[in-house]
Amino acid sequence: MAGVAVSTTINGDNVEYLCQPDETLLDVLRDRLGLTGAKEGCGTGDCGACSIILDDRLVCSCLVLGAEAEGRRVETIEGMAHGDRLHPLQQKFLEHAALQCGICTPGFLIAAKDLLAKNPDPTEEEIRFGLAGNLCRCTGYDKIVRAVQDAASVMKGA
Amino acid sequence: MRYIRPLSMEDAVGQLAGSSGTAAILAGGSDLLVRMKGGFIEPDLILDIKAIDGLSEIRETAEGFSIGAAVSCALMGESAALKGEWPGVVEAAKLIGSKQVQGRCTITGNLCNASPAADSVPALVAAGAMALIAGPAGRRTVAVEAVPTGPGKTSLAKGEIIEAILLDRRAPRSGDAYLRFIPRTEMDIAVVSAGVNLTLDEQGVVKSARVALGAVAPTVLLVEEATEALIGRKLDEAALERLAKVCSGACRPIDDKRGTVEFRRKVAGVLARRAATTAYARAGGK
Repeated sequence: MAGVAVSTTINGDNVEYLCQPDETLLDVLRDRLGLTGAKEGCGTGDCGACSIILDDRLVCSCLVLGAEAEGRRVETIEGMAHGDRLHPLQQKFLEHAALQCGICTPGFLIAAKDLLAKNPDPTEEEIRFGLAGNLCRCTGYDKIVRAVQDAASVMKGA
Repeated sequence: MRYIRPLSMEDAVGQLAGSSGTAAILAGGSDLLVRMKGGFIEPDLILDIKAIDGLSEIRETAEGFSIGAAVSCALMGESAALKGEWPGVVEAAKLIGSKQVQGRCTITGNLCNASPAADSVPALVAAGAMALIAGPAGRRTVAVEAVPTGPGKTSLAKGEIIEAILLDRRAPRSGDAYLRFIPRTEMDIAVVSAGVNLTLDEQGVVKSARVALGAVAPTVLLVEEATEALIGRKLDEAALERLAKVCSGACRPIDDKRGTVEFRRKVAGVLARRAATTAYARAGGK
């Protein structure tokens, strides 16, 4: 099986890789590029743990082929902090203890970042609806919602 | 296995027609990749249609809307013009999956996946939507209800690809609506669903009506008796009751873990009635 040559942009960097035709972008990120922030929860687009942003759209990277990233813009959790400076959402997730086991957290952070980029002042209902594609079995969601609310107010003030 | 991304519809059709083995068309991939992962399909050829010119666009023409086969449901939700004229179609498309899935899934994929419970299909059937199909013999247009022929099966011939879903421009005093029943509040597969599309005259009397039911038969049902129940009347209690009765009667559902035959029949009537009430109000009926 010949590989597919892909040239894409990940977190602002030009990246080239070879992948198999049926290899998901999630597997490419984790196994070929060492970007292990996106997690495989279900592998079928139900849990959101592998969320990334592809050309300004929030998607599950388990439902995208590596080959499809050709010429597109990929944003992953690894691009969220600037060096040691955490994104306000990351900071607020820590402060509110909006995580326990942490498997869902990268997906939640990416989904929340996408949500606030499109709606900087969401209601609680909009946050809950916007994050409904991300499953968390630890927190009961409440702390996550509080963290996103707090981050939104910080980011508005910034 | 090969992955190709043709730039023109002619090339795509040629590649598909000339392929041997199993070929799969990839737009949003929200069904295809799940089926590949589950081992239900192992395509020899994956044909990604997203680079084909115009396929990722919603085009507005004098005749209506052309929704390219690679247009995501998220993009449909962002089109004020489409939402303004076909709110029922857009609300159905927006019910498919999570935000992550919305960014990828398409109504053409929803149609071709041919699930009896597909959310966008009853709304499209009620809307009288047409599928523009490109194939080795040229282009043809068929009513969307002619595409799925049973669970997972379509009437598309080898080499044929749906290029766009076409919706007419709206007549004055028209409205459509889609409702589904699921046991949770969001993100589930329809147990029963109903799409209703109405056009009224100046007095608020129904001039034309199309009612479609999902998840109550092997394919989405266009309920002809429902049209008869509504035309020539205002949407009064008697008309609504008649509508619910004929919709319940038209169902040919299965018993499964999501709902019994009896439950689906009953709920089909209730949903048709409620969707008709919303469509009527959207058409300006009082």
